[in-house]
Amino acid sequence: MNENFEIVIGLEVHAELNTESKIFCSCKNEFGAEPNTRCCPVCAGMPGTLPVLNQQVVESAIKMGHALHCEINNVTKSDRKNYFYPDLPKAYQISQFDVPLCGKGYLDILVNGEVRRIGVTRIHIEEDAGKLIHDDQSGGTLADYNRCGVPLIEIVSEPDLRSADEAKAYMESIAEILLYLGISEAKMEQGNMRADVNVSVRPRGQAEYGTRAEMKNVNSFSAVHRAVLYEANRQIEILSKGGTVEQETRRWDDVKGKSTLMRTKEDAQDYRYFPDPDLLTFVIPAEKVEELKVAVPELPLAKTQRYMQEFGLSEYDATLLAGQKQRATFFDAAAAYNLCEPKAIANWLLGDILKVLNDNKQELEDTALTPKNLAEMIELIEKGTVSGTAGKKVLDTILEKDIAPAEVVKQKGLAQISDTSALTAVVDTVLAKNPKAVEDYKGGKTNVLAFIIGQCMKESRGQGNPAILKEMVEKALQKL
Amino acid sequence: MELYKQTATSLAVMLRSKEVSATEIAQSTLARIKQVEPAINAFVAITEEQALAQAAVVDKQLAQNQPLGALAGIPIAVKDNICTDGIKTTCASRMLEDFVPFYNATAVEKIQAAGAVMHGKLNMDEFAMGSSCESSFFGPTKNPWNTAHIPGGSSGGSAAAVAASQVPLALGSDTGGSIRMPAALCGVVGLKPTYGAVSRYGLIAFASSLDQIGPVARTVDDAALLFSAICGPDKTRDATSKNFAFDGKVEASVKDLTIGLPKEYFGPGIQPEVKLAVEKAVEELRQQGANIKEISLPSTSYALSAYYIISSAEASSNLARFDGLKYGYTANRAGLDLTELIETTRSEGFGHEVQRRILLGTHVLSSGYYDAYYKRAKLLQLQIAAEFKAAFESCDLIITPTSPSTAAKLGEFASDPLEMYAADICTVTVNIAGLPAISVPCGQSANGLPIGMQIIGPKFSEQTLLNTAKCYETAVGGFAVAEVQA
Ligand SMILES: [Zn+2]
Repeated sequence: MNENFEIVIGLEVHAELNTESKIFCSCKNEFGAEPNTRCCPVCAGMPGTLPVLNQQVVESAIKMGHALHCEINNVTKSDRKNYFYPDLPKAYQISQFDVPLCGKGYLDILVNGEVRRIGVTRIHIEEDAGKLIHDDQSGGTLADYNRCGVPLIEIVSEPDLRSADEAKAYMESIAEILLYLGISEAKMEQGNMRADVNVSVRPRGQAEYGTRAEMKNVNSFSAVHRAVLYEANRQIEILSKGGTVEQETRRWDDVKGKSTLMRTKEDAQDYRYFPDPDLLTFVIPAEKVEELKVAVPELPLAKTQRYMQEFGLSEYDATLLAGQKQRATFFDAAAAYNLCEPKAIANWLLGDILKVLNDNKQELEDTALTPKNLAEMIELIEKGTVSGTAGKKVLDTILEKDIAPAEVVKQKGLAQISDTSALTAVVDTVLAKNPKAVEDYKGGKTNVLAFIIGQCMKESRGQGNPAILKEMVEKALQKL
Repeated sequence: MELYKQTATSLAVMLRSKEVSATEIAQSTLARIKQVEPAINAFVAITEEQALAQAAVVDKQLAQNQPLGALAGIPIAVKDNICTDGIKTTCASRMLEDFVPFYNATAVEKIQAAGAVMHGKLNMDEFAMGSSCESSFFGPTKNPWNTAHIPGGSSGGSAAAVAASQVPLALGSDTGGSIRMPAALCGVVGLKPTYGAVSRYGLIAFASSLDQIGPVARTVDDAALLFSAICGPDKTRDATSKNFAFDGKVEASVKDLTIGLPKEYFGPGIQPEVKLAVEKAVEELRQQGANIKEISLPSTSYALSAYYIISSAEASSNLARFDGLKYGYTANRAGLDLTELIETTRSEGFGHEVQRRILLGTHVLSSGYYDAYYKRAKLLQLQIAAEFKAAFESCDLIITPTSPSTAAKLGEFASDPLEMYAADICTVTVNIAGLPAISVPCGQSANGLPIGMQIIGPKFSEQTLLNTAKCYETAVGGFAVAEVQA
């Protein structure tokens, strides 16, 4: 990247909401059904049918507005965006034009250890269009209207992002928040989330923005990163050769890793927005807006910062923990028992447990592990009741079934032996079996100590308290 | 008297006393429809099979002494922009010539639930855009009083079928006068309900913020009967529908009512015969006990412009879905790309008047013109509504002519659409303000063409409108019925 230029990025993120039914009819809102089995006369735009707004959509959008610190316009309306395309059966999309449900707000994102505040211009609600499918048999195009009327929110950012990393982090952060709020599946690969990426470049130090190009069809987090870099480079190259960047809309092709021209500014469509006469102005009572605000949970960045400050977690661990709602909720619940060091919980969750989950391609909720059992297990280790090694055995069991760790220790005889009288025989046996090691130690090779203690652990079937064993072995060796 | 000549109200009584059967009523009605249809052309489709089947159901209920719906056995026909499950709904357009909906409009569901017997679909101006019923793809409907004249529009088929005694009841739709104007020109009663009183679900939209479904009948009681069956909330299917109920009972009375006569509606644009007839009717109401006063609605002269801008803007968007790709007419696609196919389909599928309004509507919504046209029209709408509201502080009802003139000759408007637009001058303000209004016959011109009086009330004052209309009807000894030369 040419260091003389600064990249300026703004994102328009579309997220499908996971409401029970579609935005303007009672059709089920679900992904992956057989084509044209999740539509009715209303969402198929048949003549004479009318839309009726789903209140759940409004509530979900307001929650997102609160999460992004937006002003909420509690008197708002729907507008028609008119254009012809075969995936749009009414030839207009019901959206919001000049009075979006949510106005100005912001999102703080953490990039390379630094918190960046990204302005949010607006969030509005609208309906999704259908899907066009190429039909190999006929060589023609078929329309699937299942997606028509699926509720969307469009989150428009200010041009505050300055790098591909930031753009990607912003997208990921939006996805995390959608999941935290439980209002979207936020799966980019299923098309739950899509982004239009606006990119411009300008010489460093210049106050005015450069001419921007908008890229459509950017459909994964990594694609956002690649598309920004590609487009910035394209524009820098033009400017470096003394050319001018044209305002245009481009289509991102992630397979080829490049964008192609869709339309220039001259071809820009006139959508002839006007208030939809079928839907009245809607008024959301102030109490409802407040009620939804209270319902917004602690969000990922706040959690990350709290984990770092209160529990001394590293930024990496804190981000990893807070970035996934289930994991963070689990962690918070385990820590709340106050049985053990929160940091130890984080280490187990992000260490052994994450490894098991990854190996088995599982999520936390697929296992029997409860926050309480994990906290108790760690408590047993911290109190010295079991060794870390034995702890892992306990973990294996409590991942399989919901059983108190103390019970596991009892059933499997995993309790750590700290009683010196019980360990004397172990030490004596090991020293007797390993004369060479004893000799080496006496000859000054003190590093065999670890080997000897290891043998003692083995002899005690993992139950000996390693600290006490070390003390005893040292004492025994000195006596010899 | 022949059964087809009976009113709905009397048929209901005759049926319940088992004096006649629903099948006999249907047979008489079907025969009459066929007898005069060649002269009138009020129907796009006659649903004989369905009529006889539904009548048989009513007769069975009657035989088993089951409770009957309010419209049981009463013949009805429906304007062809109101969706009927399994019956072609064409909007009198080539675009929807073969379109068969698989759902019923709420109003159709309601009349069926009330036991009405469906006799067919009625002709109209294409997509309800017109005031003469001449822009139908299926040819013009003729005025039953004189078949050389238009019946008015756009619900010309509804008014003509009722006036010609083809059916006692019809559903029409009214966006700028489309029920009232043809009712006036055909000498029948037409009610445009308050916006939101009748669900619009299943009415193929022309201008969504102005459209209302309403009844057409030969008597006030019949209009009230049909209105009571179709009104009421439909919140799960029409966000603009309102909580409203009406039991259909009408009392002939104008006691203690103050009626305003807006001077702007009695000016030079009104044909003298029409003006005289309405004034005479008002005098009749005064004798019946109403107080009469002159009022002013100064923004009236801007109403037509506001109406044509708002209605065309909404129409341009509402009619955009007809692209030939999903249903309806499709142009020969050979050699055409997608855009060309849509353009050709729309050029061939829509008639001239519809295309004119789509172009006008597209223009007024275009960037750079929106503020000058659409936005100003919407401001005028607020002003007109406010003037009515203020007027209703000093009077209960307002009376005007329904149409500035009696029915024009067929073809008279062909050369100048603006002249046809001007025919809506007295009716559009009502839609713009979302008010209810009824048109009742009030005499005839020297050449025997009917004249209508429009009674306008505040929102949801249908009861008062119908009481007043009935008071007049009673005072003049009922309305004349057309003798059709078949
Ligand atoms: Zn649907």
